[in-house]
Amino acid sequence: MAKLYTSEKLATSKMLPKKETIQFLLNYSKALSIMKVGNIKFETIAN
Amino acid sequence: MAIVINLPDALLLKNYIAGDEQALATLIKRHQSKIYGFIYSKIADRDVCDDVFQDTFIKVIKTLKSNSYNEEGKFLPWVMRIAHNLVVDHFRRNKKMPMQRETEEYSIFSYMSDTSMNIEGQMITEQVEDDVRRLLEELPADQKEVLVMRMYQDMSFKEIAETTGVSINTALGRMRYALMNLRKVIEKNNIILTN
Repeated sequence: MAKLYTSEKLATSKMLPKKETIQFLLNYSKALSIMKVGNIKFETIAN
Repeated sequence: MAIVINLPDALLLKNYIAGDEQALATLIKRHQSKIYGFIYSKIADRDVCDDVFQDTFIKVIKTLKSNSYNEEGKFLPWVMRIAHNLVVDHFRRNKKMPMQRETEEYSIFSYMSDTSMNIEGQMITEQVEDDVRRLLEELPADQKEVLVMRMYQDMSFKEIAETTGVSINTALGRMRYALMNLRKVIEKNNIILTN
């Protein structure tokens, strides 16, 4: 009997972070602003 | 037909630093699989991986927003390095403080206890300290002086001797007599001074 070979690779699930994590990062980036005064950095999170 | 242009990382970064938040979304979407996959290959816990991924990009965002990033065409290796370091931090933390889960047989509180004094203990200590202060008044002035300087002002005998204008031996002697007399006073008054 002929051997069965599949040319298709077995599907592997892509490891991805949660949607909530990505959403948090994007919101964090939108809210964050950094100001440099001399050697000091001031971080502000706008609500 | 819409034409999709794949902007290179360097340009996306430039746009993001200039204020284009969508550029960040594109960068994350482009590289999330590689970065997350790398973290997961080290830490096989999805929740912890999400935390590390999040912390990685928080650092990336802060560096970009503070204009501290030097574009050398190595965005992904840079982010992977941050992720790698955070993975190492995670293992170091876990090694120092392994997570203990309480079960029926084992409770961490059988080994750890709160050694701070309860309110009763605090009140007793205050009472004892008050009593000692009152008893000091019954001592002769020179002995009381040395005792107060030594016990309450933390002075060395050299300092006490210099301040009171006597020799160190005299100061030591006065201290000795002060303690002996204090014991006599405590006995005479039948006071219990233990906590």
